[in-house]
Order: sequence, then structure tokens, then C-alpha cells
Amino acid sequence: MSNPDLLYSDVETDLRASVRDLLTDRCEPSALLARVESAEPYDAKLWRTLSVELGLAGLPVPEELGGQGASARETALVLEELGRSVAPVPFLGSAVLATAALLGADTTHEPVAALLRRLASGEATGALAVPLSTAPGTAFPSAVAADADGRLTGTVRSVADGSAADVFVVPASGPDGPGLYAVAAAAASVTEPVPLDLTRRIADVTFTDAEATLLAGANGAPAALERALLTGAGLLASEQLGVAEWCLETTVAYVGGRYQFGRPVGSFQALKHRLADVWLELVAARAAARYAADALASGSDDTGVAVAVAQSYCSTVAVHAAEECVQLHGGIGMTWEHPAHLYLKRAKADQIALGTAGRHRSTLATLVDLPG
Amino acid sequence: MSESAVDAKELRERVAALLAAHDPATTDRLEFLRARFDAGLAWVHYPEGLGGLNAPRELQSVVDAELAAAGAPDNNPRRIGIGLGMAAPTVLRYGSDELKRRFLRPLWTGEEVWCQLFSEPGAGSDLAALGTRAVRDGDEWVVNGQKVWTSSAHTARWAILVTRTDPDVPKHAGMTYFVCDMTHPGVEVRPLRQITGEAEFNEVFLTDVRIPDAHRLGAVGEGWRVAQTTLMNERVAIGGNAMPREGGMLGKVAATWRERPELRTAELHDRLLTLWVETEAFRLAGMRLRQQLAVGSPGPEGSGMKLAFARLSQALSGLEVELLGDEGLRYDDWTMRRPELVDFTGREAGYRYLRAKGNSIEGGTSEILRNIIAERVLGLPSEPRADKDVAWKDLPR
Repeated sequence: MSNPDLLYSDVETDLRASVRDLLTDRCEPSALLARVESAEPYDAKLWRTLSVELGLAGLPVPEELGGQGASARETALVLEELGRSVAPVPFLGSAVLATAALLGADTTHEPVAALLRRLASGEATGALAVPLSTAPGTAFPSAVAADADGRLTGTVRSVADGSAADVFVVPASGPDGPGLYAVAAAAASVTEPVPLDLTRRIADVTFTDAEATLLAGANGAPAALERALLTGAGLLASEQLGVAEWCLETTVAYVGGRYQFGRPVGSFQALKHRLADVWLELVAARAAARYAADALASGSDDTGVAVAVAQSYCSTVAVHAAEECVQLHGGIGMTWEHPAHLYLKRAKADQIALGTAGRHRSTLATLVDLPG
Repeated sequence: MSESAVDAKELRERVAALLAAHDPATTDRLEFLRARFDAGLAWVHYPEGLGGLNAPRELQSVVDAELAAAGAPDNNPRRIGIGLGMAAPTVLRYGSDELKRRFLRPLWTGEEVWCQLFSEPGAGSDLAALGTRAVRDGDEWVVNGQKVWTSSAHTARWAILVTRTDPDVPKHAGMTYFVCDMTHPGVEVRPLRQITGEAEFNEVFLTDVRIPDAHRLGAVGEGWRVAQTTLMNERVAIGGNAMPREGGMLGKVAATWRERPELRTAELHDRLLTLWVETEAFRLAGMRLRQQLAVGSPGPEGSGMKLAFARLSQALSGLEVELLGDEGLRYDDWTMRRPELVDFTGREAGYRYLRAKGNSIEGGTSEILRNIIAERVLGLPSEPRADKDVAWKDLPR
């Protein structure tokens, strides 16, 4: 924690501008509302532009493995922008969780390198086959079993972006202990439950004697999974920051132009003070999210604390901002027509994703020696 | 102003020369501080001849570190915070050359303590409503009125004072700013006992206090603008300090938690951890704010740091009293004292809890700060104002 850089570099600011321009153009709220109830809840064309044309799927992947050779800091920035527009693309599942699991495995092992290349180039979309609610520090899952021939059987519920995946990265327990496997989506049965979060889908994935490729054995699989969960939890804070930012900006604009009692309702202190509090929470959320991204990027010894702080703080802030957004919009905030509910649903689902705030605080209690 | 910029290397040379000419081990403390001021090493961003060298402000840390390493005495900045943080920038900006030469050196060395005569019983959050009258009499002004919440008034030699000079114009237009001699016989200082039992502050009664016109800062009627300089510097001073992890109030509660396992409950545990997270997030926000300042792009984040600090201090100290259980029923000492220094994290938990209640009132209440954030940062419309175009004397009170 010697010298964290909590600002945005010029390169990061440029990256933000290009992603925001694209999303402003291609992820407009009314089109998004129409899409969430259609047969294509994911925007495959937008995902292709982001992943293939802009190369954002491979941001943290080294150049020799087909990526951009950037870091978790840049990935975090993209998540901020995707959060601001609740864009329906499988970035978290593929470019964050599945990719981090592969980067946490032995990348000199050819199946790992080959899959990384496919994900980084956008040629394939991945998903990490764990429930989205899984927190870092969780015991290695036993929902899927590998047999002696390396074939997988079992069901994993609530896999983030599972219905958009071409390939699953699957933690499974076999005769030799834990392992990390790749399974083609065609070899699995994927069903989509009705999700709370309309812009990030979850899938229940069943493997029945499915053909699989071993990516990491007992020595590497638990660490690779932990790396993925820690990276996901830390970077999700940036998405939560983006969600909260949109909620605050949209609400401020609304209360400034909505007249009741002959004045803009935003001139009443009862409302102003609530928005000032949300703004202040955003100031701290930005610092916490940047610190976590910087720690993940630099491999800091303080990463565990940074992630626990960022995830427990930012998830709370995003839910608060989204709830205030709905409330301070009054009746319009309760309508399906206004996009505020998409943000509330994302914020609430994100509160559960990769460990609840309370779960991260429990982790922190151990890390900073404040036992219960 | 046009001097070439002084760099860190030159400052180190000047520090070495000061130390060579005035060995801290054998030099009287005050003599050393005066020599440091005269060498331009007091506040390097101030002008030459007034304790500085027109150097970039961030180079002060170079000087402070070199002098501390050499065992040199400092000017005990916490004892003279109002002088350093509020009076000095205002005197520098609005004072005549003569006033700057007269006041700044003894202010910086601590030979003369300063206090601030701003708030009044009828003018708290609405400072511009203040009613202490100053009436011109030849080359002097005659001042009558009452000020309140004045720390250091009983030790101060000088005060910065805002008065009403024209009651017939709207409140912001009719104020004038002075330097007031606290030894004038018309100045009466009475301790104001607060909820902690001690009297950190005072009430100051001004009866026919005569102030020379030469001690006016800024033009007649410009007092509000001058006061803004003072208040801006106050808020910078409150929010801007670097803090280690678990510094301040959190460190106190965390230490109690670790030392006293028998006091722990599950409910207090989650509250403590929640506050730990929030305190750390705002510590990082402060770090980020300073990084923005260092690259020359200050954000509006500073407006919120005091607000966050107040809320967290109150919640943490309240939690500690509760955690202490039976001991939380006891208080260390209600004896009325007039402390020269205030330590928010000093004494025992009960004191800290009660003192922290002031954090959301002093230097701008949390409610006023939320208005400032909402209007100046978020751009929300202001409340309708009933007092904008009304002469001060006609305001309801």
C-alpha cells in the first residue's frame, strides 16, 4: 500500500471517452428497455464492437497471449462505463471472471493459453461456472464432480452471463482433488431463470458426463478460482460506482427541472441534503474502487483489504443511490418506462454478487485483526 | 512576484545556512524561530521579507523535514492554528505593507496568539446577519457588540473581527473587517462552558472598543468578501490532513476492541467493521484529493471531507462508549477548565463522544455544508431567500 495511484491516467481518460461515446450511441435507455423483454436480452453486436473491435475483452491479458497487456485498472474503468449504462453485454462473466481464472492458472499450459487467446480476441465468450453470489474465500465448490476420465457431472445455479457463453470455465472436484476445466457450452444444458437483474442474465448450467479439458489440477485450481473471485469482487466495485454515478446525475437533473409548489423540487433542502449525501458517498466509493483496482493491478500485499473495503462500501453506495433515484423521481421512478428500475435491479443484484457487504466485512475482520 | 522560483536544493542550502548560524542546541527557541522567519523558511510560499521566499507551497515539507531532523524547535502550530490558518492569509491578502510587517512575524513565531471574532448569538450559520456595530469616529472606529464561540480569546493578543458598518443596506453589503486589539479595556472575555464540562471557547463582549482605521482589512463595506478568504482557508485546514490507516478516532475504538474481548458482541462487531470500512474509504478519498491537488487539478471533493469526518467521529466515539458498557456510565472529569489545546481524540471515550458533537457544528454545520455541496457542486437551485434585498436593519429577528 506504499504508493497507490488513485487518479485516472490520460490513457485511462481517453479509454473512458471512447467507451462512453460508444455506449451513449448504442445503449440508449428506450432501446435497452425494449431489448430486456425480447428474445435477445444480450446485445451481441455491441459486445462484438467492445470485445473484437475495441479489444476490451483482452485488456488485462498479456500481449503474447493475444491481449492488450493493460491491467485491472483499465478493466475497472470499462466496468464503470458499462455500469453507467447497464449495458447488456457479458463483460463481467467473460472478460473479468473467466479471464481472471485463466490468468490465475498456469498460462504456459497450452489449453489455458489457447482459451485465453480465444477470450481475449473476442472470438469466444466465456463464463465462470460458479453461482454469482460466490464470495472470495469460499471453499472450493463441490457442485460439479469430475470422473476418472475427466468428464463432468453436476449443476451450477446462477452463473453470470452463462447464457451468452460459448465455453465454461468450471471448478470441479475429481478423484485427484479440485480441478479447473473448460467445457464447451454445446456440451452443457443451459437454462435461464427469470432474473432480478434484467441487464445481466444468470443461467443454471447442468453438465451430464460432459467432455472437458483440464486447465489446472489440484495444485493450481483453488488459487486460480480465488484469483477470479477476488478480481471480480474488487472490480465489481467500479461497476457499482458507475451505477451510482448514473443514478445521482439522473436524479439531480430531474429534481432541478421538476416543479411542484411553484419551485423546482431540487430547491427543497429535504431533497438536496439527501443528494449531497449520495454525492459524498460517491467521492469515497471512487477512491475505494480505484484503490482496489490499483492493488489488483500491482499485486499489492494489501489487495485483500482493498477488495473487502471496496466491495462492502461500493455495493452499499450503489443500492443507496439507486433507491434514492427511484424515490426522488416520485411516481415516474416507479414506472417501467423510466430506466431507473434497471439500475435498481443491477445495484441490488450486485449487492449479492461475489459476496455481500457483510460477508466482505467478515473477511476484513480477520485481515485487520478485529475478531468478533 | 517575478523572482525565479526557488527549488528544493536551494531550500536545503538555506536550511543548512540557518542551522550553521543558529545551532538549535544552543539557541533560544524564540530567537531560532525569529531567525527562521527572517531566513524566509517559515512559510516558503509567502513573499520575501514576510517569512517566505515566493517558493511553491509544497516545498514547505522539505524545510520542515530538514529542520525536524536537525532537532530544531517548531512554532507549535496547533497552539496558534487560528493565526496561521485564518488570520495570516487574510492579513497577507488585505493588509497594508505596514500591517503585514507588524503582524506576521510574531503571529508565526507564536509570540502573539490570534483569535476570531465572527459568530454572534444571533448570527451562526447566517454569519452575514451579524450585528456588532462599528461606527467611525475620525481616524478610529468605535465597536459595540457580542461575539461567541471564540477559542483562544483568553490568550489572544489580536483578533480578526467582522462588524456591521452600514445597517441600511442588505446584510452582505454593510460589513467591514478589522484587526482588533484584545488588550483594549473595552474587550471582556468570559469562558463559555460546553457539554464536555470544560470551556474551550469564550464569549467576547465589546464595549466602546476603539480600533484605528489603519487596522481595517479591505475596504469599508467589503467585510463579507474578506471573511470569505478567512473561511475558505478554515475549511482547507479542517479537511486536508493525511491520516494513517486506523488513525484518529477509529484507532481508539479498534484498540479498545482488541484489548477487551469480554466487551464484544456480534451487533457491535458489524457496526465497528462498517465504520472501519467507511473510515478507510474516506481516508482513501482524502488521499485521492491530495493526489489531485498535487497534479494541479483540485476537485470539489474537499467540500465533503469535513462532513464525513464529523459523522464518522460521532459514530465511532458513540460506539466506543456503548462498547465500554458499565465503564461507559462513568465520565473522567467534569471540572471546568480552559484548555489551551484541544485534542478531539484525547481523554476518555465519554469526553470524545461529547466533544465530537461539535464537529458537525463548528466551522460550518453539516446542514450548511450539504447546502453548499447541493448548490455549488451539484448545481441544484437555492432555497428562496427572504433576506436578499432587505436592509439589514429591517430583517426579522
